[in-house]
Amino acid sequence: MSAITLNNITKTYNKGAVLAVDDISFSVEKGELFGLIGPDGAGKTSIFRILTTLLLPDKGSATVVGNDVVKDFHKIRGIVGYMPGRFSLYQDLTVEENLNFFATVFGTTVKENYDQIKDIYVMLEPFKDRRAGKLSGGMKQKLALCCALIHKPEVLFLDEPTTGVDVVSRKEFWEMLARLKAQGITIMVSTSYMDEATLCDRIALILGGKILSLATPEETIKAYPEKLYAVKSSNMHKLLKDIRTNDEILNCYAAGEYIHLSLKNATKENENSLTKFLAEKGESDLVFKETTPTVEDCFIRLLGNTDGNSN
Amino acid sequence: MRTLKFLLQKEFRQIFRNKSLLRMLFMVPIVQLIILPQAANFTVKNINIAFVDLDHSTYSQQLINKVLSSGYFKLAASTPDYKAAYELIEKDKADIVVEIPHDFERNLETEGTQKLSVSVNAINGVKASVGSGYLTSIIQDYNNNIRVNWIQPSKINQLPTIEVVASNWYNPTLSYYLFMVPGILVLLVTLIGGNMTSQNIVREKEMGTIEQINVTPIKKYHFILGKLIPFWVLGILLFTLGLLIARVVYGIVPLGSVALLYLFVSVYLVTIMGFGLLISTYSETPMQATSLTFFFVQIFNLMGGLFTPIDSMPAWAKVITDVIPISYFIKVMRMIVIKGSHFQDILPHILIVLLMGVVLNTWAIINYRKTT
Repeated sequence: MSAITLNNITKTYNKGAVLAVDDISFSVEKGELFGLIGPDGAGKTSIFRILTTLLLPDKGSATVVGNDVVKDFHKIRGIVGYMPGRFSLYQDLTVEENLNFFATVFGTTVKENYDQIKDIYVMLEPFKDRRAGKLSGGMKQKLALCCALIHKPEVLFLDEPTTGVDVVSRKEFWEMLARLKAQGITIMVSTSYMDEATLCDRIALILGGKILSLATPEETIKAYPEKLYAVKSSNMHKLLKDIRTNDEILNCYAAGEYIHLSLKNATKENENSLTKFLAEKGESDLVFKETTPTVEDCFIRLLGNTDGNSN
Repeated sequence: MRTLKFLLQKEFRQIFRNKSLLRMLFMVPIVQLIILPQAANFTVKNINIAFVDLDHSTYSQQLINKVLSSGYFKLAASTPDYKAAYELIEKDKADIVVEIPHDFERNLETEGTQKLSVSVNAINGVKASVGSGYLTSIIQDYNNNIRVNWIQPSKINQLPTIEVVASNWYNPTLSYYLFMVPGILVLLVTLIGGNMTSQNIVREKEMGTIEQINVTPIKKYHFILGKLIPFWVLGILLFTLGLLIARVVYGIVPLGSVALLYLFVSVYLVTIMGFGLLISTYSETPMQATSLTFFFVQIFNLMGGLFTPIDSMPAWAKVITDVIPISYFIKVMRMIVIKGSHFQDILPHILIVLLMGVVLNTWAIINYRKTT
C-alpha cells in the first residue's frame, strides 16, 4: 500500500486568482525517501500543508497511510511528523522543554521514544538547557527534527529542511534522513538545492503547481534527450555572449565554472564547427567537452529557460 | 487532562520568561491606579476670576471677599474697566469676569434690585459650567444674607422661603475617589484581560508555532483553555492588587461583600478574554490585534459609564452601552463597593455578562480553525 497518494489535487488562493497546485496526482511508497524539487513558489509548501491537514484542497483527494486528509484528519495528525519551512518551535522554551512539550502533546514521553531520536539528540544534549531561540541554525533544525520524530511517526514531512543551513550541517542532515529511512519511515522532503535531489529515491520536479517529471534521479538524468557539453574559457562573460550568436545552439546557460550547452544537431561535425567558431571569436584557454547532465540540467531544460543563468 | 496540564505549564513558563509582559501586567496598573484618579478629577478648582469693581463700596467688597474665600476661585486681576478684563479672557489669564456696576450698593438699598454681569470663557465646557454654577450659588447666598439683614423679624413669617438641604446617599461627602477608583480598576482589568489574550494566539501565529501545534492531535478546546486559564489567574491577581491599592492609597473599603466582587470578576474575565480571543482569531499579526483592541477599548472607555453617566447619553448610545460588558462591571463595582449591594441585586448583571461570555467564547472557538 502506498504511504501517500494524491489524486487530482488542486488548490487555489485568493478565490481562485492564484493557482498554487494544479491537478497533481502521484503516490509515495512506504519507506520511500521522496523529494519535491522546485523553485520558491512552485507549490511545494501547499502540497505539504494539504497532506498535513493544515489546508483543504479545492479539488481532488489525498490519503496518508490510508487516511483521507479531509475526513480522517485527526488520525493523520497522530501519525505524521511535520517540520515546516520556518523554524516553528517555542523560542522562549529550552531544548528540553520543547521536546517534552511535543512528546506530551502527542500523548507520549521522551523516555518512551528515546531510541527514535537518540542519534540526533546526543548532538543536542550539551545545549539542552538553552532556549531554542538562541540555538544556531543547524541545531535548531536538529531540534525541529527531534520534535517531529518524538511520537514515532509513520510519515515524515520536511518542508525545505536545509534552507539556510551550512554545507556540513546539510550533509549531516541527509545522513540522518538516510538512517530514518532505514528504520522504515516514509519521508517526503522538499528542497530547492538540486544537489540534494540525487539523495532521494524518487524526485518530482515541480513548477507552477504542476509536476514536470517524476522518476528516480538516475532515470531523470537518463531521460535528458540531448547531448550536453561543458565549455569554459578565460573570459566567461564574452564566451556566453559569443555562444548565443551561434545558430546551431539549442540552449546554453552558466552552470558553475562551465557553460552548459546543447546543439540542435549533435554531430561530430557540428561540435568541430562550434569550437572553430569560438576560436575565431578569439576565445583563449578554450575547454570544450561532453558532460553528464545533472538534475539541475534536467530541471533547467524542463523550464524551457534557454537564456537562464542559474547556478 | 495531562495535555492541559502541560499546556498550562508551557504557557506559565512563557509568561514568566516574558519580562516586558510581566512589567506591563503589574507595573502599569499600579502606576495608573495611583496617578490617574488624582488627575482625572471632576472637582473644578483654581478658576481664575477677574473683577471689574466700578462701585468700590462696602457691598461690592463683601461680595468679592465672599467669592474668593470659597476656595474655588483664584483672583486673576482687578481691572478698572470691562475692556481690560476681556483682554485677560482673550489671553486665557481669566476664566470668569464679574462686573459690579456703578451704584451697586445704592441701587440695592434704594431699589432692592441690582444686576451683575458675569462673563465666562466657555472653551473648557466643564470649567465654564461648573465655575459659573459655583459663582451663582455664592452670589445667591450673598443675596440671602443681605435680605436677612434688612428684613424685620416680624416680617419673616409673611415671607416663607423654601430651603433645600440635599443629603448624598451612599457617598455622603461626594468623594471623588470613591466614585472613580473602582471604575479605573475595571478599565484596567478590561484592558489587560482583553489585550493580553488577544496578543497570545496571534503571537503563536506570527512565530509560526501554531503550524506545529495544528498538526498535533491537540484538541481545540484544550489549546484555548490552555491560553485562557493563565490570563484568568493573572487577571484575578491584578484585581486583587487593585483592591489593595484602593484600600491602602485611597482608603476605599468595599461596603458590600468582597466575595461577591470576586464572583463577578471571575465571570467578567471569562467574557472579556473571550473578546480578546475573538480578536486574535481574526488578526494575523500582533499589530493588527493591538489596533483592533485599541479601537474597542476607546469605545469601552468613553461609553462604559466611567466618566459620564449612561443615563445622559442619547438613546442609540444607550443601546451600545447595553451590549458592552464593561458597563455592567462598572455598575456592579460601584453597587458593591459604594452601595453595598447584595447577590440578588447584581444577579441580572452576572447573568447578562455570563451570556456575553458564552457567545464571545463560542464564536472565538468556532472561528479558530486548525484547517484553512
